[in-house]
Amino acid sequence: MARALINVPKTAKRGQIIEIKTLISHIMETGFRRDNVGKLIPRNIITDLVCTYNGEEIFRAGLYPAIAANPFIAFFTVATESGTISFKWTGDNGFDETASAKIVVE
Amino acid sequence: MRDVITRPTRRDLLGAIAGAGVVSVICIEPSRATPASMEAAIRSVVGEASVKKGKVRIDVPPLVENGNLVSLAIDIDSPMTPKDHVKAIHVFNELNPQPNVISVHIGPRAGRAKISTRFRLADTQTVVAIAEMSDGSFYSASADVVVTLAACLERL
Repeated sequence: MARALINVPKTAKRGQIIEIKTLISHIMETGFRRDNVGKLIPRNIITDLVCTYNGEEIFRAGLYPAIAANPFIAFFTVATESGTISFKWTGDNGFDETASAKIVVE
Repeated sequence: MRDVITRPTRRDLLGAIAGAGVVSVICIEPSRATPASMEAAIRSVVGEASVKKGKVRIDVPPLVENGNLVSLAIDIDSPMTPKDHVKAIHVFNELNPQPNVISVHIGPRAGRAKISTRFRLADTQTVVAIAEMSDGSFYSASADVVVTLAACLERL
């Protein structure tokens, strides 16, 4: 089970631009490395991160093997209304992880 | 006539063995992206559109010791209004095994067109960021990074 960390401000003023930071523990095996007998290690990466704000998609990222292990991704959004910001990571071998945070907009 | 079917000399044999050795080393070496394959990856994103310089800022250290973890921030100069905003940000590299790094889709709700992440660099190379604007134009910037310890291709 992967562990995800998200950093969303608890409260914000309406219209304020807030930064959202995400970090998830994952090996991000590139598929280009070889083990000690010269066999290719199969690729195992997170391929997508989708972020929704009260159900509406605000951010979508496609990840490639060039992203470092334990992918950290930070981005911005406008705090429009109180509600939930949800995150969903998907990847190779059926990897699937979700997280969410509540935000209060004054 | 006898000369035609001479047996291989010691020198020939050694040369052949050395040659075979070189070939097998090349076979084990994983494939790498090249500036040409980066160009192809960029073309697959922008199509026939021309890519202008400017508006995009890449924040990446000019010298990194460990290519396994390189911090990267892309900041684009855009008002981020429904009429004029950044639709997508794509990052490419020249010499990793694959030219793509990350593709991000945002919209006017982002408020600010900036993303940060951490990525891998297999060699001293150029990183290119391309921003797709809401009016269909593309802007790009590039940054050179010197890497002392390469990532991606190391053995376990």
